[in-house]
Amino acid sequence: MKQGHHQTHDSIPAIATVKTKRWEIEGVAIIDVKLSTNQRAWAQSKPGQFAMLYGFGVGEIPISFSTLPSAEGRVSFTIRRTGAVSAALTRIKCGGVIGMRGPFGNGWPIEQLAGRDVVIIAGGLGVAPLRPVIDYLAFGRSDANRATLFYGAREPAAILYTKDIERWRNAGVDVHTTVDTASHDWRGNVGVVTSLLSGVPLDSENTVALICGPEIMMRYAAEALKDAGVSDEDVWLSLERNMKCAIGFCGHCQFGPAFICKDGPAFAYDQIRSNLFVREL
Amino acid sequence: MKSIEDLIRNHPFLQDLDKTSIALMAGCAKNVAFDQDTYIIHEGQSADQFFLIRNGAVALESYAPGRDPVVFCTLKSCDFLGVSWLAPPYRWQYDARALEPVRAIGFDADCLRKKCDANTAMGYALMKRFVPSLMQRLQAARLQMMDIYGAPPTIGSAQDRAR
Amino acid sequence: MRTFDDDDTNHLFILERAGFGALIEALSDAEYEVIAPTIRDGAIIYDAIISEVDLPSGWADDQQAGRYKLKRRNDEALFGYAVGPHSWKKYLHPPEQLLWRAKKKEGGFDIHAAPIDTRKRAFLGVRACEIAAIEIQDRVFLRGPHIDEAYRARRENTLIIAVNCGDPAATCFCVSMSTGPAVRSGYDIAITEIISEDRHHFVIDAAGDAGRTVLKHLPLRPAGKKGLQAAEAVTAHAQQQMKRSLDTDGLQALLQNNADHPQWDNVASRCLSCTNCTAVCPTCFCTTVEDHTDLSGENAERVQHWDSCFSGSFSELGGAPVRRSTKSRYRQWMTHKLSTWIDQFGTSGCVGCGRCIAWCPAGIDITEEAAAIRKGANS
Repeated sequence: MKQGHHQTHDSIPAIATVKTKRWEIEGVAIIDVKLSTNQRAWAQSKPGQFAMLYGFGVGEIPISFSTLPSAEGRVSFTIRRTGAVSAALTRIKCGGVIGMRGPFGNGWPIEQLAGRDVVIIAGGLGVAPLRPVIDYLAFGRSDANRATLFYGAREPAAILYTKDIERWRNAGVDVHTTVDTASHDWRGNVGVVTSLLSGVPLDSENTVALICGPEIMMRYAAEALKDAGVSDEDVWLSLERNMKCAIGFCGHCQFGPAFICKDGPAFAYDQIRSNLFVREL
Repeated sequence: MKSIEDLIRNHPFLQDLDKTSIALMAGCAKNVAFDQDTYIIHEGQSADQFFLIRNGAVALESYAPGRDPVVFCTLKSCDFLGVSWLAPPYRWQYDARALEPVRAIGFDADCLRKKCDANTAMGYALMKRFVPSLMQRLQAARLQMMDIYGAPPTIGSAQDRAR
Repeated sequence: MRTFDDDDTNHLFILERAGFGALIEALSDAEYEVIAPTIRDGAIIYDAIISEVDLPSGWADDQQAGRYKLKRRNDEALFGYAVGPHSWKKYLHPPEQLLWRAKKKEGGFDIHAAPIDTRKRAFLGVRACEIAAIEIQDRVFLRGPHIDEAYRARRENTLIIAVNCGDPAATCFCVSMSTGPAVRSGYDIAITEIISEDRHHFVIDAAGDAGRTVLKHLPLRPAGKKGLQAAEAVTAHAQQQMKRSLDTDGLQALLQNNADHPQWDNVASRCLSCTNCTAVCPTCFCTTVEDHTDLSGENAERVQHWDSCFSGSFSELGGAPVRRSTKSRYRQWMTHKLSTWIDQFGTSGCVGCGRCIAWCPAGIDITEEAAAIRKGANS
């Protein structure tokens, strides 16, 4: 890049227009946006990568792609309303405009899934960064042997993507859901997501696992897979830390030697296992 | 028609249990079935039974007045149902309801306890199968208690709250 | 080390004290803003200077853990002190920086990048440890997958006039970090100040074209082998004077393997989480951003600020900091500086300048803390 009079595109948001917005569940919205410029670069994005989304004058937060940017620049994000920026981003109506930097991060190791049994373990909103990879396994040109999704949520009303789950099932993905707590009329599973693992036979030698959810849930899930004989190098976790720049300059997202923004967010379990047990790292 | 001994031998919970113990357990066992939505055990009642689920699903629930009953765990085939029979006062601590039609091996708890006392090798073999499952359920309960998918500890998230 | 080869001295010149002012004039004439040490609020800081009278002539600094005090020298040395609370990062990686502005328009908004600062600056009096620090920040901002263009522009427009250290402070430990006291590379001009009973002069090393251009009209004469030897003697003396050291042997693994060492609790009982060490450190690079609008709500901007891993908001996730305790924050800072920095950038993040020791209000000494972790450590 030649020396210019401006910062690089890495630090200047692109402009995107909100095309649709709907509340998927209470407090969680899915926005579908269209990029105004540079669609070709964004279309190179990979499952598990993320963008920094900007609400005008309010700030910026990292959000993973829920669907990958298309050649026309259409891309969707699943956003939980928790603070000022996410509130601003989910308040925007159709036709509104947001800023968007990215794509950032390494994404899931999709090149390693060919011929393997892919086990996907999602907890809560952690299913969002996994959605593009499940779509890829269900509908894309994946050479994976088979795909199983274990998805745990807080309660039946907190299960995201219920329509997608049916589409994934119809496309041959073995989907198991569970909730932490349910009322009397719930016919599905109740219990932590790791309890689902014991009910499904696992070819530990041939399994690759992709895990995303609360860190404590990922820890237990990764240990359960380890106990089941899956190699640590074949278990991938997507980590989250405070993030400002997303390009390795601001220092916020450090996790031991790793910058989650550029070395992650997906890490093989053998790379991070010991640090996951260090408190307040 | 499989014998009750066959059913016991083939249940994953009792995998690799020795022949003598299987024969002893069979003396306390019978084949049972529950229709969907019938209650298998009731909180407060005497814990006089123990079940190994063969097919179907069971919901463990608790009820508080003025609230819907809360399901806190579901059990499936290969799981066991019933812990309270193991220790005094031998009283159920929650309700168990058949979520689907359930087929199970039911054991007379009093009979099983007596045989465990008389035959400590069998008692120990059973205990070795109970403890790991109990630990798993305890760990699961801890995670559920932490409400890990719930709202953040205070309003706002990460950088989001800095404003 | 340089060899004592006659050919090796043809870039070395002698400048008498009387001619030193001409160097600053030459820099100004070449349209450099000259940034140099100067005294303010009882400390030697870096700021723009007009002439040689702005330099701290005849001053030295007394530095200890938690202590910094100026004192008079018994000579009129221009560079007879070590480093103060400022470092050159305040110019290359400024404490506050506008990144961009946004303006609402019909159906959305436009974003305009802030103009990049392309002013030519001459840093006069850059120490060996500070050159090492600049090169470390170069690795952060210029050598990774992403480039900080604003940093690059400032860096490329900077002329570095280094000064070899003759009198290290008691807080200095550059020898053990292999960054000083002698300037070895990364400069345009290097100066060694030599004072004897009857003479005050400088040995000038013009390494590159930019430096030679500036020196063109100065009253210089060849220094020769004798000049080189005199200059070498100054830094050799400094090296001998340096008492403090940090044992870096195996430190990278040592710190990462000892996250639960009791010494972290010990240092946490003294550390105030005040962020002084990160502010004075010449390599600490962490920043945060602030987004806001004007009162009309039509115009927004993003401003970048220095941040510190000692602040609570730094690691905030889901509404609460991941690093809640001072123990975890000090551990993060020191482990990053001395250990994980090597994983990330192929070099330690510490140059041994001693600023964090002097400017810690609790007198915490990174060299002592590292030694304490080494004691009773897990391998």
